[in-house]
Amino acid sequence: MPLNPSAKLNPALLNISQLEQKPTRDGYGQGIVIAGKANKEVVVLCCDLTESTRSLAFKKEFPDRFVQLGVSEQSMIVIAAGLALAGKVPWTSSYAVFSPGRSWEQVRTNMALNVANVKIAGAHSGVSVGPDGATHQAIEDITIMRVIPNMTVIAPADMIETKKVVIAASKMQGPVYVRFAREKSPVFTTEETPFEIGKAVTLWDGTDVAIIACGPLVHNALLAAGELAKKKISARVINMHTIKPLDEEAILKAAQECGAIVTVEEHQISGGLGGAVCEVLAEQFPTPVERIGVRDRFGESGEPNELIEAFGMGVSHITEAVLKVLARKH
Amino acid sequence: MPHIHDEKVKELEEKALKVRELIIEMLLEAKSGHSAGPLGMADIFVALYFHILHHDPKNPEWPDRDRLILSNGHICPVRYATMALAGYFPIEELKTLRKFGTRLQGHPERLRLPGVETTSGPLGSGLGQAAGLAYGARMDGKKWRTYCAMSDAEQAAGVCYEAMLFAGRNKLSNLTGIIDRNNIQIDGNTEDIMPLEPLRAKYEANNWHVIEANGNDMRQFINAVEEAKTIYEKPTVIIAHTIPGRGVSFMEKKFEWHGIPPNKEQAAQALLELRTLQGKITSEHE
Repeated sequence: MPLNPSAKLNPALLNISQLEQKPTRDGYGQGIVIAGKANKEVVVLCCDLTESTRSLAFKKEFPDRFVQLGVSEQSMIVIAAGLALAGKVPWTSSYAVFSPGRSWEQVRTNMALNVANVKIAGAHSGVSVGPDGATHQAIEDITIMRVIPNMTVIAPADMIETKKVVIAASKMQGPVYVRFAREKSPVFTTEETPFEIGKAVTLWDGTDVAIIACGPLVHNALLAAGELAKKKISARVINMHTIKPLDEEAILKAAQECGAIVTVEEHQISGGLGGAVCEVLAEQFPTPVERIGVRDRFGESGEPNELIEAFGMGVSHITEAVLKVLARKH
Repeated sequence: MPHIHDEKVKELEEKALKVRELIIEMLLEAKSGHSAGPLGMADIFVALYFHILHHDPKNPEWPDRDRLILSNGHICPVRYATMALAGYFPIEELKTLRKFGTRLQGHPERLRLPGVETTSGPLGSGLGQAAGLAYGARMDGKKWRTYCAMSDAEQAAGVCYEAMLFAGRNKLSNLTGIIDRNNIQIDGNTEDIMPLEPLRAKYEANNWHVIEANGNDMRQFINAVEEAKTIYEKPTVIIAHTIPGRGVSFMEKKFEWHGIPPNKEQAAQALLELRTLQGKITSEHE
């Protein structure tokens, strides 16, 4: 079993029927309550999406520290920056298409250049948002956030990891963007799985190819590794939850030891995790790469799993990409 | 309302004149930057730094200081000049405005220069930050007040309107907005570009107390701020009517001077005019 024991994953991780299914946004709801109990300066702002962003849990626990803004995503970031300057640790909550999407310049100037200690929670990222369609499916947010200096950008893989991200981000000083998903996804990490911002976790050891993934699709990468093992292909699976600052060491080590890379993300491949990994490899250790993700198009309405398949991000697409990259490997 | 003595008013007016001279000298040296707005706001910035704000130039991070957010960052020469005169940094440093390595960036940055409360430039974003500060202060039961200097044209920005709604809805009486109603913007007169009137009614409709004052009249402006401190039910905005380019005859009320600096001859003429005013300032409005 090539499962990395130090990752302390749920041993049933390849058996979906035995895994609990929870959306990562639930981890946000739990995480901000824990962070709020630990630090009375933590406040939560929301733009008319209290229930669906899961900031409702915080509102119930700390009504005096919850700030309702109505449909005002640009001023949410700006007001949060003001609260941060007054010593608060504000979390802004909306859908990622609205914030950081609509509020990009406010993030750039008032959060990042200003080094204000604001944390952005971007819900409903990826095409798995489903029936709402393209307008509500954020698939550009990693790109537009990671290009801004001083930003930390994180895409947690499951509900438990999201909770850890929110607790860790609340403790660190500086602007952070965290994206999470609407749809339920398998909870395959455990409370004991190590998590540190900026440090990739090898979930599955392998030497033929490395699959570097972020977000709930990390689980698809694990399923793909399981399938590949049956074909005697040894795939390493790396959870690159932090896209910025990027764990370059883990990427270079994977490239040197495996010689072929596949990236997996529920996001545009240009400028996202795939783009970031290619930047590192092109400059420091050129290695064949195949990228799984959205290829320069918008999402559309449909059921989440149907869209993941239609957009080429299913388990079979990952195994195909591995075979393709292995054929290019010298 | 506390009475302000004539002697004090005269002292402040003389300081405003000095600030105007420093602005002209800075802009000449920088060879770029904005002239009309900073000159028009010199009286208000002097009133703030030398009479209204609780602050300590030797301890810019004093936790209980009042906060002054400058929303329209492009008029920062007036803030820099007033801060230097108040003792935040040496006056000679004003000559570094906009130059490589300077703490006096073309648009102000919080972490570059102690005492600059926030980074600003892109218009419309000051009022929200000021509202966030005021909200945070109230949560913690702090007595310090937040002031937000804004331009008139940036009132057209959606993000500014959102912040107006937020502050009004939350009754942020520890927040005072100051709108530089000089009626000009880069492309022309505000009412030609995108009419802002009725500005007073817009704020009043959103639960703000509104005071209109002559922003180039020290006593009127200070009295307006004192009145704002007595309003406990809602935030106050002072619509400060100012003359853009104030003090330099050929710049006054000319939108063409919004975004450019004087050349050497124009600066010499401007300084001559300003220095001629020395000693005459109090007779002007008596």
